Order: sequence, then C-alpha cells, then structure tokens
Amino acid sequence: MAKILMDGNSAIGEAAIRAGCQCYFGYPITPQNELTEYMATHLSRRKRCAFVQAESEVAAINMVYGASVAGARAMTSSSSPGISLKQEGISYLAACELPAVIVNMQRGGPGLGSISAAQSDYFQATRGGGHGDYRTIVLGPSSVQELADMTMRAFDLADKYKIPVIILGDGVLGQMKEPVEFSREAPAVLPIREGSLRGAKGRPSRIIKTFTSNPSELEEINWSLFRRYTLIKKEETTCESFMIEDARLVVVAFGIAARIAKGAIKNLRSEGLKVGLFRPVTLWPFPDEPLKEMSKTIKQYLVFEMNMGQMVEDVQLALAGRGEVAFYGRPGGVIPNPSEVARVISRLYYQKGLK
Amino acid sequence: MLIKTLVAGFGGQGVLSMGLNLAEAAMLEGKNVTYLPAYGAEVRGGTANCTVAISDDEIASPVASSPEFVIAMNQPSAVKFQHHIQSGGLFFLNSSLVEAEIIRGDIEIVNVPANKIAEDLGNPRTANMVMLGAFTKKSGVVELSNVSEALKHILSAKKKLLDLNEKALLAGYNLF
Repeated sequence: MAKILMDGNSAIGEAAIRAGCQCYFGYPITPQNELTEYMATHLSRRKRCAFVQAESEVAAINMVYGASVAGARAMTSSSSPGISLKQEGISYLAACELPAVIVNMQRGGPGLGSISAAQSDYFQATRGGGHGDYRTIVLGPSSVQELADMTMRAFDLADKYKIPVIILGDGVLGQMKEPVEFSREAPAVLPIREGSLRGAKGRPSRIIKTFTSNPSELEEINWSLFRRYTLIKKEETTCESFMIEDARLVVVAFGIAARIAKGAIKNLRSEGLKVGLFRPVTLWPFPDEPLKEMSKTIKQYLVFEMNMGQMVEDVQLALAGRGEVAFYGRPGGVIPNPSEVARVISRLYYQKGLK
Repeated sequence: MLIKTLVAGFGGQGVLSMGLNLAEAAMLEGKNVTYLPAYGAEVRGGTANCTVAISDDEIASPVASSPEFVIAMNQPSAVKFQHHIQSGGLFFLNSSLVEAEIIRGDIEIVNVPANKIAEDLGNPRTANMVMLGAFTKKSGVVELSNVSEALKHILSAKKKLLDLNEKALLAGYNLF
C-alpha cells in the first residue's frame, strides 16, 4: 500500500477501524477533533458499527464501558481536561477487567490550560488516573506512523489483558500530517470478545459489576489485578535507544519530546559529543530494567519533558541513585526546538567535564 | 538537508491547501515531510498559516521557529513573519496585496503579483496556485511534476477545478 499524507488524529481513526473497532464515542475538544470527525464520516458508514457524539465526556466513557461489556472493541478520545472527566469511568473499566482504548491528545494545563501541545498528563496516565489501586497500559507515540501502529497494538493489548489502554499523544502529533502506511486491512468479521454479556440463553448468567461489599473478596480482586500487571510488565515493556553504546550522557525523553531530543543528539554527535537517547515507548509499564542495566556504564542522565518534571521521577526510581539525573522541561504548551535542547545537553555535558 | 517553509495569509486564500500541496509533492519525491497547520482561535477572514518541513533525514520537530522560506499572501503576514526568516532565506510576497516595506537586507525578496495573474487567468481564487508555481521554480525544493501530481490527488473529488488550478500553477512557474 502506498503511503498517504494524514494528520495524526485521522490516522488513529483509520487504524482503529482496521483494528476492528466497532464503537467510537466522542465529545469535541481541541486538539483531537479530527479523530471524532473522522469516525463520524468513516466508522458510521460501516455495517454493525456505531459512532456516537455523546452529550459529555462522562457519557462517552460510560458508553465505552457498555460496549466493552457487550464484547465490542470500543474507543473514546479527548484532550487533557476531558480526560480528567473520564477518570471515574476508566477506574470502573479497570475494576471490571474490561478492555478499552482511550486516546489523550494532551494540551497545556492545569485547568482548561491552553490548546497547544504538552506532556503534562504523564502522572495521571501512568498512575491509573482515577480512584483505587489500578494501572492502565500507556503508550507514548512520537510520529503519525506510530500513532497508527500503536492504535492497533492498543486494541490487541486491551483484549489480551482485559485492561484499558491509554494512547498518550499530544496536540502536535494530532494536528500534523505525515506520510503513513497501515499494516492491516479492516477485518471482514468484527471481533467479539468471549465472556461478554450478549444474552444468557442456554447458559448460566454472568455478572459484571464494580461493587464488592466483602473486603476480603475485593482484596482478592486487587491481588488478581496486580498479578496481571506483573505479567504485563514482564511481557510488554517496550523502549528504544539511539547511540547509547559509547555515550557519556543519555537523554531520556518520550513522545514528541523524544523526537525533538533525537534531532538535538544527531547535531551534537556531528560535533563529537558522546550523547545518546533512551526513549520509553510503553510509559506504563515503565522500562526500568534497561535503565538499571545502562547505569552500570553510564552515570549522567538528562530527562527532557514538555512539563515541569513527571517522568523524571520514574527515571530516578529506576536508577535508584546509580546515576545522576538532571531535568529540563518546558510546560504550558511551549514546544522547544532541537537547537534549544542541544544547548541544554551540551551545557550539562561540559559542566560535568564529560568530554 | 532540512528545509522549512512557512505559508501565511488570510483564512480563505488557500494558504493551508498550498502547504498541503507542497507536502504531498515532497512525499511523492520520497522525502521525509511534516505539515503542521497553526491552530488556535482562528476565524474566517483572520490569519492562517502552516509549516512544511522537508528533509532526507528524519524530521525532529514540525515547528518552524526560523524557516528558510516564507510565503506571505497578505500584508499582516508579511509584517509578522519577515523577522522569522533565516539569513539567506527566500521571502515570497504576494505583491498584489502586500505593501509592507521589507527592511531586512539579508534575505532575498521574491515579488509575485499572484492575485493579478490569477485575475488575468479568469479566477482570482487561484492566486495560491500562482504563488505555489513561483515558489516551486524559485525554491527548487520539489519538482513541478510532483506538485502537479499532488494537485491532481488533492482535487480528485473536484475534477472540474483541476484545469484552472494547473494553468495558474504553470503561470506562476513560468514567471521566473
């Protein structure tokens, strides 16, 4: 298939359809509206598929809950303030072990914030986000192609582990157009998950509920969820590294920030600075083992994020004092350019006497 | 090499479709490309702009803080963006609408009377294609054949408009 030029939001929509997404429930908010628009045009035309523009974000996530209970692949999307509203529903999905895909095209915060791209929802996404002891898988794409690929992966992971999966993008990824290729065709038959509620004719009835009045029963549910989280951590942790073999300093960044950092690192390498990039692709589970391994030989780290410093805490936890961690961040929706990041990296490199 | 182009003008002048056409042409050439429209509280008749980054290597950021090329389709864009261009860059001005005095001596000014040429061809709305043609010739970032191929794709649902737009594209290209 030839590449097509597509904005990130629409690419998610197309990838979701090809992944067998049957239901999409949306509510408008910049900068993710193209996804809702794409599904309104394309998903609504498909047989047995449903597009609903809900009356609110809360309604949309609860519609996802309903569709998931019935065994359909379901998705919703929003941007930062809207994702906050969905947290109750996400906690309920986690409690009932229901798969779902939730897209967050982050914008500046806190509050209603700005409509420019930011990465300030890292804490919210990777710590569960809503109430109760739970986790969601969080994917951090950094190009339109990855948005497409990760959307397909998100649906597969959600079904495999019966868990909500968050795609943590940002306003720039959603808005910009890049050439993209889709690795799958839409399935001829829509996937329906086993064990869902579709009428109990000829079998004992099943119950899916989030309230458990007996604390010891609920404790066992929590244990069982955490056993699965341990399995996910073991099986699905994904990361990427670039030029770390001989690096004296490693930049750790995710999503669009990793892409900007990579550009900076390429320029610095051409000047002879031994710097590399470590990029967590799954933000939860966080790739702490590779970082731990790296700390045997590399002692200086710089975490770069488009926020006030959130993933930096995971890096510190992973290194557990075995490396020195510096931080550079631009919050509020400011998008730094590669030369700015290169200046920060080289400043630290020389200050620490690494040449 | 990485080349960033910023296209700016009034909403409705076809500024975004000009950028999109350029980006599609670059994709057809097998280059890495990003297209980023400026979004915000934009209104019809207000200003619009987009950035196209074209490179043989991966593109780190789709944002143009200091573009090599700027196309200004109207007066406010010419005033606003003249200071963003890199030294040695090209500044394309729609001289039919821009009267701003450009005070920088370290960039090359390319005057294109886009609206006038478009009107002479019979439709003032093709001014953006006249400009794109002139840009293609002067900048050399993409081949004319790929720009036309991309235009065919973009207008595939509105085939009636193709002839008109191609004529405008050629008129701009043949200016220089």
